[in-house]
Amino acid sequence: MSATSANIIPLPVASAEPAAAPAPATAAAEPVAADSAPAYQPVPRWRQHLAAFARTGIPPLLTIALLLLVWQLLCARPGASLPAPSKVLEDTWQLISDPFFDNGGTDKGLFWHMRASLKRVAYGYAIAAVVGVALGALIGCSVWAMRGLDPLFQVLRTIPPLAWLPLSLAAFRDGEPSAIFVIFITAVWPIIINTSIGIRNIPSDYRNVARVVQLNGVEYFLKIMLPAAAPYIFSGLRIGVGLSWLAIVAAEMLIGGVGVGFFIWDAWNSSRISDIVLALFYVGLVGFALDRIVSWIGRWVARGTSVS
Amino acid sequence: MSQSFLELSLVSMAFKTRQGLFPALSGINLRVEKGEFVTLIGHSGCGKSTLLNIIAGLYRCTAGGVLLEGREVNQPGPDRAVVFQNHSLLPWLTAYENIELAVKKTSAGKRSKAEMREWVLHNLKLVQMDHAMSKRPEELSGGMKQRIGIARALAMEPKVLLMDEPFGALDALTRARLQDELLRIVANTGSTVVMVTHDVDEAVLLSDRVVMMTNGPAATIGEILEVNLARPRDRLALATDARYLAARKAVLEFLYQKQLKAA
Repeated sequence: MSATSANIIPLPVASAEPAAAPAPATAAAEPVAADSAPAYQPVPRWRQHLAAFARTGIPPLLTIALLLLVWQLLCARPGASLPAPSKVLEDTWQLISDPFFDNGGTDKGLFWHMRASLKRVAYGYAIAAVVGVALGALIGCSVWAMRGLDPLFQVLRTIPPLAWLPLSLAAFRDGEPSAIFVIFITAVWPIIINTSIGIRNIPSDYRNVARVVQLNGVEYFLKIMLPAAAPYIFSGLRIGVGLSWLAIVAAEMLIGGVGVGFFIWDAWNSSRISDIVLALFYVGLVGFALDRIVSWIGRWVARGTSVS
Repeated sequence: MSQSFLELSLVSMAFKTRQGLFPALSGINLRVEKGEFVTLIGHSGCGKSTLLNIIAGLYRCTAGGVLLEGREVNQPGPDRAVVFQNHSLLPWLTAYENIELAVKKTSAGKRSKAEMREWVLHNLKLVQMDHAMSKRPEELSGGMKQRIGIARALAMEPKVLLMDEPFGALDALTRARLQDELLRIVANTGSTVVMVTHDVDEAVLLSDRVVMMTNGPAATIGEILEVNLARPRDRLALATDARYLAARKAVLEFLYQKQLKAA
């Protein structure tokens, strides 16, 4: 804290200096003393916010600006294979300004594509969360379940998501459930593995408390196991949501229909490279948002638990 | 032979290790009467905590048995509530909720919802922690956490209160205050207490009997000292009391002459 307040205090002093400069040279010693005194007053809140923004907001903005500049310089020359940022903005302005148009079929605004993709992820991920926590709890509690299932899981989890797609298409004979299955099978492994580790790491003290109080199995699961393992479960859920977002784009490229993956593939087939760039930008933002949301929920649910 | 309240007969305990069976406890006989305060003292590693865990039912002894009011102890239960050394409060629950978890389970069918709440608050007041009822353990000091741990155990209305070095992790001043509080609470509730400690003063100050254990392996009870000091006991007055000093000396002699352990 002291380091941050030390960063804040010089600001008012520095900004006040130009005002003191025009003062007569003979009185120069006094204004300096007067200027350093306000440093002991509490720094106004808006200034604290400003300083916080300066610390955390400005560096990434600078980096982005620099990257855009390099990109612009590299791709602005005629005959460049990729569009420069200005060209992207120009080409895609219609898509950016109206994400909600719907001309029927797959000719829809990006909002609808995102929505379709998010819906598939929501279904697949929800199933993965429930099944993952349940299976993780099982192999976390039972040595025999672990011995029986763990080797199987260790092999299955290395299979790339898209490798499952043909098999699930053969099984479900439809694109929609296949995509959801691919999301599920991608997201479930980290959830299972993290949950089981979390449950195996529950301190024996908590188990002893539960035994003395004589909690039954369900009560133990809900009141001790889930909250105690929550930090682990949520790190699994967080990895899972990231992986499902990675998988959905690839899966949608193959199954077609509405969805951001199909949008990208469609744009490639009709050489709309700028549309691809825009879609990638949106995919990144949504993936980031998904990760943050799960992380926030995890922090809220597991509040207190990590300190044990 | 009349039956005691809590009866340990020929309790032995052996742990499986890579080198074979390790005999931790052997042939322990102990009778504790209702309302009695008994401490188990001994050098670290002598198995006093193991013995307490056997009474709690957290361990099954390999030979012998424990009877509480004539019934065999073979699993843990709220009638033998434990105050753990490291408080063992659930960090995601508030002080109130930690006690409520125990009360909900042990008062089911006996108390209404309002009565349960009343009972949780009563126990929080008993340890003078009602002001911190909505705080989580991380916000409480070590002594406060241990108070909540004691309140949780008392709220189960145990027949025997088992305490495993409850004040071992606290600083000396906090420890003394909690000892005084424990004396007051036990005087009020008439609880039967079995407590493990390695603190000679604590043992003599609190107990009716000090059970001194020999060093392991195959530890057993070496001597039992009756502490015939009137209650309520006052630590300041006792500091110069001849009987207190004699009792203290007896325990010290046992630990440091008869059972001296190469550290």
